[in-house]
Amino acid sequence: MPKTYQLVVIGAGPGGLCAAITAASLGLDVVVLDEQPSPGGQIYRGISQTPDDRSALLGADYQRGADLVAAFKASGAQYWPQTTVWSLNSRREIGILRQGRASIIQAERVIVASGAMERPVPFLGWTLPGVMNAGAAQILLKTAGVVPAQGTVIAGTGPLPLLVAWQYLRAGVKVKAVLELSPGTNLWRAAPYLPGALVAGDYISRGLKYTLDLNKGGVPIYYGVSRLQARGNDRIEAVEYGWDILGSDRRETIITDSLLVHFGVIPRTNLTKAAGCQHIWDRGQQCWRPQVDRWGNTNVPGIAVIGDNAGIGGARSAEHSGRLAALEAARSWHLISTQQRDRQAHNDLKWLRKDLRVRPFLEALYRLPDSLLVPPDDEILVCRCEEISAGQIRQAVREEHGDPNQVKFYLRCGMGPCQGRQCAPAVAQIVAAENKRPVADYTTFRVRPPIRTLTIAQLANLESSES
Amino acid sequence: MFKRLREFNEQTVTVNIEGEDVRVPLGETVAAAVLVHNLGYTRTTPISGAPRAPLCMMGVCFECLMEIDGLPNTQACQVQVAEGMKIRRQQGVGGSDA
Repeated sequence: MPKTYQLVVIGAGPGGLCAAITAASLGLDVVVLDEQPSPGGQIYRGISQTPDDRSALLGADYQRGADLVAAFKASGAQYWPQTTVWSLNSRREIGILRQGRASIIQAERVIVASGAMERPVPFLGWTLPGVMNAGAAQILLKTAGVVPAQGTVIAGTGPLPLLVAWQYLRAGVKVKAVLELSPGTNLWRAAPYLPGALVAGDYISRGLKYTLDLNKGGVPIYYGVSRLQARGNDRIEAVEYGWDILGSDRRETIITDSLLVHFGVIPRTNLTKAAGCQHIWDRGQQCWRPQVDRWGNTNVPGIAVIGDNAGIGGARSAEHSGRLAALEAARSWHLISTQQRDRQAHNDLKWLRKDLRVRPFLEALYRLPDSLLVPPDDEILVCRCEEISAGQIRQAVREEHGDPNQVKFYLRCGMGPCQGRQCAPAVAQIVAAENKRPVADYTTFRVRPPIRTLTIAQLANLESSES
Repeated sequence: MFKRLREFNEQTVTVNIEGEDVRVPLGETVAAAVLVHNLGYTRTTPISGAPRAPLCMMGVCFECLMEIDGLPNTQACQVQVAEGMKIRRQQGVGGSDA
């Protein structure tokens, strides 16, 4: 029999940490599994080791993570760092890989807090070495103080390109340009949500501050850019882009050996899909997410999903949703009554509502146009692993392989090492566009364990108990 | 090309990247170390042999698959450097000549 744990939290970002702190304080036996060597998630990556000068450079938002990590360390929750979760099923059996050994543990209750990933948006040249996600570059800065040596171009949508450019400006890294790819008309769609967004906190003022500082620092920001392309042979040599306004055909080129891209973030759904949780298409966030109630409960008994993993709300909302899921866990064992749960949840629910008021504004402002969601050129590689192009996928749909999973069986797209993490959204968008149906009518690829690489030897030596 | 913002004064280890001994700070990931070493690419694809390099740095793109201490298909962004570690690019499916 696998060893049983009362509550297993998967992920040590702000949501997972708050869930663990709260659950431990209510007397629950908690284990936190995390693939990184230190707590904080991607947002506070490396916070406990980061030298003071680098931490100052990253800004106050990053430093906020230090208090959270300190509270977690004092909470009494068990913490298993460098632990990879390769399976989760509806019986709450969790396959883990720890210190090179694979094992299965049993949880009475699971809180999935594996966070978000940067939305993959295929464009011409995105597979060239030298093209990297902007969040990935930020992880390099947070954990290792590593930055582009000869400057960079940052392209895409969302607040993160601005933040990374601002951090680079402070670090003395040359930012040749920031290319904003969301359409200019988004501004008008977002305007009605501005009053609500202003209530949510200092999100808007921080965005303005980054923009002003970049202007003062001489970093050019170009708005309404389209048709992004990375050019080069064995690595990127130049970035090409243009404007599609009023039929103009203006193209520009920037010579660079580094391009950082970012198109917002989407929930990481491999684990929740493997576990059989229901997922829905979120029109505002333009992605699928697990369907949860206010406590994080899914349709699978005993499995809750919180934070960005359940739909993008940001780091502060994740803290609140983590506490809510922990209160619900304590209620499920009758450690607190339903009334006590509701009373203790009151503030978190209030702050969550307030914090989330910025989302409709951000979602409208950074809404991706179809030209980014549905790769327009047939030559664009959509599946990076199996090297399947948009043209091949369109052809498959025209040959009656009319569903993402059928396209997968036919072409192998989504069957490489990343298991569809990088191509699933674009494949579904292409299928929907070819069939002239809304993408919400489809589901993305089915997911089966192991969802991380395991050797046959590790699988053969599977331990079903953990000492 | 990537660089470190400052020369490290913390503890270092020596790893071997494609036959070359390199001193790197303890705690750094293999992916960060090879990016600073200017390795250019970390793997070639099994289909066309195209070069690839780290994209996500958080374990979701699998572009940084390398052969680390003889074990192919290892995500370089998820592994920290260790003394004497042997790091090689993964060619194609990897492991065939190991």
